[in-house]
Amino acid sequence: MKQLMMGTEAAALAVRLAKAQFVSAYPITPQTNLVEELSNIIGRGEIKAKYLTVESEHSAMASCIGASLVGARTFTATSSQGLAYMHEVLHYAAGMRLPIVMVNANRALAPPWNLYCDHTDSLSQRDTGWMQYYCDDVQDVIDSVLIAYRVAEQALLPVMINMDAFYLTHTSEPIEIPDQAEVDRFLQPFNPTSKLDVNNPKTFGNVCGSDLYMTIKFKRHQDMLALETLWEQVANDYNSRFKRYCPPVEAYRTQDAELVVIGIGTVAGTIRLAIDRLREERVAAGCLRLSMVRPFPVKGLRSAMTNAKHVVVIDRDVSFGAEGILAQEVKANLFDHKRELKFHGFVAGIGGKDITADCVVDYVRQAVSGDGKAKQAGSSLWAEVLS
Amino acid sequence: MNQGTSRNHELITPGHFGCPGCGATLAMKHTLSVLGPDTIVVMPAGCWSTLIGIFPFTCLKVPVVSVAFATTASVAAGIKSGLEIQGNDHTTVLGWAGDGGTFDIGIQALSGAAERNDDIIYICYDNEAYMNTGIQRSSATPAGGWTTTTPASALKRQNKKNIVAIMASHGIPYAATASISDPQDLKEKLHKAKGITGTRFIHLLASCPTGWRHAPELSVEVARLAVQSRVFPLYEVIDGENWQLSSMPEKIDVKPYLKIQGRFKSMSQEEEQRFQENVDRAWRSLQRRCRLFEALPAS
Repeated sequence: MKQLMMGTEAAALAVRLAKAQFVSAYPITPQTNLVEELSNIIGRGEIKAKYLTVESEHSAMASCIGASLVGARTFTATSSQGLAYMHEVLHYAAGMRLPIVMVNANRALAPPWNLYCDHTDSLSQRDTGWMQYYCDDVQDVIDSVLIAYRVAEQALLPVMINMDAFYLTHTSEPIEIPDQAEVDRFLQPFNPTSKLDVNNPKTFGNVCGSDLYMTIKFKRHQDMLALETLWEQVANDYNSRFKRYCPPVEAYRTQDAELVVIGIGTVAGTIRLAIDRLREERVAAGCLRLSMVRPFPVKGLRSAMTNAKHVVVIDRDVSFGAEGILAQEVKANLFDHKRELKFHGFVAGIGGKDITADCVVDYVRQAVSGDGKAKQAGSSLWAEVLS
Repeated sequence: MNQGTSRNHELITPGHFGCPGCGATLAMKHTLSVLGPDTIVVMPAGCWSTLIGIFPFTCLKVPVVSVAFATTASVAAGIKSGLEIQGNDHTTVLGWAGDGGTFDIGIQALSGAAERNDDIIYICYDNEAYMNTGIQRSSATPAGGWTTTTPASALKRQNKKNIVAIMASHGIPYAATASISDPQDLKEKLHKAKGITGTRFIHLLASCPTGWRHAPELSVEVARLAVQSRVFPLYEVIDGENWQLSSMPEKIDVKPYLKIQGRFKSMSQEEEQRFQENVDRAWRSLQRRCRLFEALPAS
């Protein structure tokens, strides 16, 4: 039986099902429901865990690092400024190879203040060494958090599960709740071989010479690259148990598509609607949702390009002075693969501006005809900018 | 306790990277001699994160994690919680940070831990500047003190932060000062701290020949003069309200303390006078706090 649930509630329930042992968080809109729910879950003793009410996001991540270093399963959640404030310690978590799972509610960065959906917060953390997954819907939230724990603990790398502010955090959808006993079989208790232990004293993070430093980083890079496949394997196992698949990329009508529209997060659902309409107009279009951005799902991206001539990337983010961040990533990973592709990068929907199916159809028309309302700025096209 | 010369029982080994006469290494030696092997040490950037040795070497026989500068107290709190949730209620978690990591960049996380009364021991080994990066001013540098960012042309004007009063104001069960010149007093305070649950804070004076510009063999002597002159008085604060002076020798003038260190040589006579006045004012204030407590009827 399905239950009606918001994204924040689904994430909290996933943490309960994963039996996290340590939660530390600082409130920020629109993540607050999630941490309120978790403090209740832990307060009522539904899981044996400690909830640390820290004074900042910096300390939230730092305390998760501490708890994870002694082998506890940890969780935190944040958004926007909070994630930006964590930046330094995100590097520490990944560098110490700690399988911390975090949910980030994708919200615009100030100034000016804005509470609504935007991906610049998490995409500007892409080089911290965290795996990044972007949810499609509320069901995807609960499923991906559970998969994240197993992937993180197997690879000893932290995972950030991203959900769009309000479109997912505050939208109720009917979802299937995984059975606890089956979750327990899917996700074994965390038991790292290396941890802070007085019976086997070791140092973590101490000063290290250049040779060893570089070797350690190379190993981490290799392990990150392997995550696309590892995630696929774990997601397949999850699928066999729960009949739902959370792939690194999700292709929709791309097989014969001459034009592929790429996006992350909830915009993918809107793109799929637009694709159906374009198909009715006999435009051979398809949608590719990148659910994984780090590691970049190169395999999945390239496999959707068989017949593609045009690639339209919708970025709900921007790298000022360059273009949309995804557009850069997509171009970089297709450059050696298929030189003749034409790229059209749209910066749209930042700061929570709604992207409707009509908008997507317009972007596609502008991409193909070269004529439309979006304003060119460098190599990106900015949709719906006030004149 | 074995007071002999054998070092086998010690949790600090020879071969660390400390400067000759480093007060902070003595501080760690005394501290671990009381806290023992069932201790996890959390240290941020600072002299100690360097002098511990270069990976894979370490001069400590206890587990150590080197953390982001501002995160000593929050990582320590996470470690303690992580241990407790797995049934370990005995391991001591020690936050070990310098004055920069405590007075300046780490104070927010430290205040958070103290407000929650997280069950950690936090020791600030204070050498009154950012010594590891080459002697830059911190908010623990005394007024009139030379550092590379408060050079002779612009000596520090602001007084040192009263970190113990700040910590005691959180109502934590134990706060104290200690000095490497008084190891017995330090060890008694560590024993006391070890027996208490909650946030315990020790402000530990650790002289620095390199930054203070004194001969390495005078490190203990300099720290002793700091205590004698009341530049660094020894005391405890129980439950944030019970202020108690520790036993100290007769008070002397600050002059011998200033003269023995090169960092104070640019001070004018007026500045020396102001230094003495500052010390006297702080000492009177501390005595008042201690007497006020003594004057209360026993409940």
